[in-house]
Amino acid sequence: MHPILKLIAQRLALGLLLLLAASVLIFVGTSILPGDVAQSILGQSATPEALANLRRELGLNDPAVTRYFAWLGGVLQGDLGTALTNGRDIAESLGGRLKNTLFLAFWAAAISVPLAIFLGLLAVRYKDRWPDKLISAVTLTTISIPEFMIGYVLIYWVAIKWRMFPSVSIINESMTLGAKLNAIAIPVMVLTLVVLAHMMRMTRAAILNVMQSAYIETAELKGLGMLKIIRKHAFPNAIAPIVNVVMLNLAYLVVGVVVVEVVFAYPGMGQYLVDHVSKRDVPVVQACGLIFAAVYIGLNLVADIVSILANPRLRHPK
Amino acid sequence: MNDQLEYMTGQVAKGTMTRREFVGRAAALGVTAAVANTMLANNAQAASHGTPIRGGSIKIGSSGGESTNTLDPALTASSVPLDNLRHLYESLVEVSAEGDIVPRMAESFEASADAKTWAFKIRKGIQFHNGKDMTPDDVLKTMQRHSDENSKSGALGIMRGIENMKIDGDNLIVELGVGNADLPYLLADYHLMIQPGGGIDNPGAGIGTGPYTLEVDEPGVRHGFTRNENYWDADNRGFTDYNEVLVLNDATARTAALQSGQVQMINRVDPKVASLLNRAPNLSVQSVAGRGHYVFIAHVDTTPFDNNDLRLALKYAINREEMVDKILRGYGSIGNDMPINAAYPLFDETIEQREFSIEKAREHYAKSGHDGSPIVLRVADGAFAGAVDAASLFLETAKAAGIPLEIKREPNDGYWSEVWNKQPFCASYWGGRPVQDQMYSTAYLSTADWNDTRWKRPEFDAMLLEARAELDDGKRKAIYSKMGTMLRDEGGLILPMFNDFVDGVANNVGGWSADPNAELMNNKAPIKCWIKDA
Repeated sequence: MHPILKLIAQRLALGLLLLLAASVLIFVGTSILPGDVAQSILGQSATPEALANLRRELGLNDPAVTRYFAWLGGVLQGDLGTALTNGRDIAESLGGRLKNTLFLAFWAAAISVPLAIFLGLLAVRYKDRWPDKLISAVTLTTISIPEFMIGYVLIYWVAIKWRMFPSVSIINESMTLGAKLNAIAIPVMVLTLVVLAHMMRMTRAAILNVMQSAYIETAELKGLGMLKIIRKHAFPNAIAPIVNVVMLNLAYLVVGVVVVEVVFAYPGMGQYLVDHVSKRDVPVVQACGLIFAAVYIGLNLVADIVSILANPRLRHPK
Repeated sequence: MNDQLEYMTGQVAKGTMTRREFVGRAAALGVTAAVANTMLANNAQAASHGTPIRGGSIKIGSSGGESTNTLDPALTASSVPLDNLRHLYESLVEVSAEGDIVPRMAESFEASADAKTWAFKIRKGIQFHNGKDMTPDDVLKTMQRHSDENSKSGALGIMRGIENMKIDGDNLIVELGVGNADLPYLLADYHLMIQPGGGIDNPGAGIGTGPYTLEVDEPGVRHGFTRNENYWDADNRGFTDYNEVLVLNDATARTAALQSGQVQMINRVDPKVASLLNRAPNLSVQSVAGRGHYVFIAHVDTTPFDNNDLRLALKYAINREEMVDKILRGYGSIGNDMPINAAYPLFDETIEQREFSIEKAREHYAKSGHDGSPIVLRVADGAFAGAVDAASLFLETAKAAGIPLEIKREPNDGYWSEVWNKQPFCASYWGGRPVQDQMYSTAYLSTADWNDTRWKRPEFDAMLLEARAELDDGKRKAIYSKMGTMLRDEGGLILPMFNDFVDGVANNVGGWSADPNAELMNNKAPIKCWIKDA
């Protein structure tokens, strides 16, 4: 077998193992939370009879290990179960939320990744001159402000003062793509501002590192233009660290945007997960946790493989 | 007869006839008092807001919604599900803004002289959203579902007092073990929504007799409703074509949505921003004094709170005016360590108001002989809005009186299951109930599940039962006054403030009127209001 295929197979197997470990961790985590599902569902207005009845109905009297393996068996057959709290099919309700999360993450990434890399290249080109300093100052400012604050500021100006885009980003199936993009405009701006700096700085640092090399000097002596040197000689050699940081930020866009979801009432997975954690709805929390873990592990896997492929020494081992 | 009534409601609106006269004369025309009061309310609404306009849509931005919500009335406990219930379903009777009982699915009702047997005549010609006729049998099955010990209904406690229910022609007969003059108020509970077949097969189907039918149901995101063209009371409710409840749990997101015109109504405006928000040109902040209250509760059977002098010391050491000013920003009123205020019928205004007094607090603290060990008060942000700040204010004034109060912050998560009703001293809130009997039976009867101050006094229980079966209002008021005073002077309840319901409403909404029962006109604003420029 080709050594790269073998490497990928190894990584995949390791990823799956990690996923299993993550599911155990999540299950243990939810089990040691104070309070129980029945009390959380019925809230302050729960009578002891109602509590006992609900607990029995939900099977909460079974030992934790039994419940865990019953669930795992279901997942392996593609059945995520039904939510304890409202009796809905988890796969179905989760599917819609996941789609929304990916939709927002996709558009935020589609704008922020090229923008960050472009700004990074620009910063290298004008290193230590005003464009470089301006780019760094602005992006570092936006990453330092909490995301909800950026959200509120943009809502105040863009939604209330200028009435350009809505402040409530609730989207649904029946909306056209244009209407959906209009609805998510402000959250996409917020997320772009939040992730820009990290990727931009990494691009700048990685390329500057390469720029010190002897072959860049050679290219310069050949009389090549600065941007052409960066594009053809520096960037391909700096791709591995850049891909790594891009993947980390993509993972953040998928699993870490719950605050932005709350501010804009966006129906993504973060809010869905938080609601179910507070109700101790273990099957849903498990399902969400598993998907988040899968996204994280998957994106890191991609980053690994891309850096291997980008490196000729790894691509063609002796 | 209709012309006569219309003329008379006009007279009341002009002020040439009093409300009492109107009800009396209407009775002479064969109209029950409750119906007469509704006519007055409707007329007052029409007089102050002009004629309802049909069409358009109302969007409500509401907190208190989660992706775990269902449309099952039995499990309803927060704002968004309540908004949904009001669109889809109706109950046997309702409590009006004035505190009167208004028959809905019942056409009329009457009690036997001892208030033990009640007959509710079920309205005819009403259809469920699925086209089926609503029958007395559906009503009976609904009541049976909620009184089943296996049910998870929040109304189970209410139904426990009912011994027997049966159908007699068009009537639902309810028989009680102990007479209860307030039974209609209990049956107005929002859990007891009439569903086809009692909702036993599919309680969350969203099929009821309400003014709107279910269009979109995405829990935790939005719920959409279209007008029920078949609605029986279309003259008074269901003016818009389409309504949508958007779940906006973030307070800033709600106010932003209202300001930018994406929603027409929001609930729970943060008192801190209410006066600023009110300055916006296209909306107004509406507040109404309700029965809800913010409390610090101590278990009277646990040391050191089993000492009444210590309880009194704590009660005197709390600065109520400061709390209303700083925590509620004036959107509320001071409390008197009893869960009843002027918003309740039969409230005794003459009970003396407890004043903030460091000297008296110090005096009672000395008398209690407390050993000086820290008195731990548990709070969480989720106990009520501003609970942690309120506890800090309490801490300062208590310190001034030499009381060693100590605050322990608890996480919101699990607060209602781990702290409230378990720990001996904590912060909490109550939503209030339409009548005194219900408030006292819910939390101050010895056997009550939610007796969160462990207040167990046989003489108090006896008075409660006596008042319950008493049909003479003067005597009832006297009993309730005694009970209130007893709680005020000996109870474990420290009640610094009653909170207002503060909502935000866009200026193009017509038909808004104050309703002290709950926020957003008892959650009925979207079904009773209309859009002026629809």
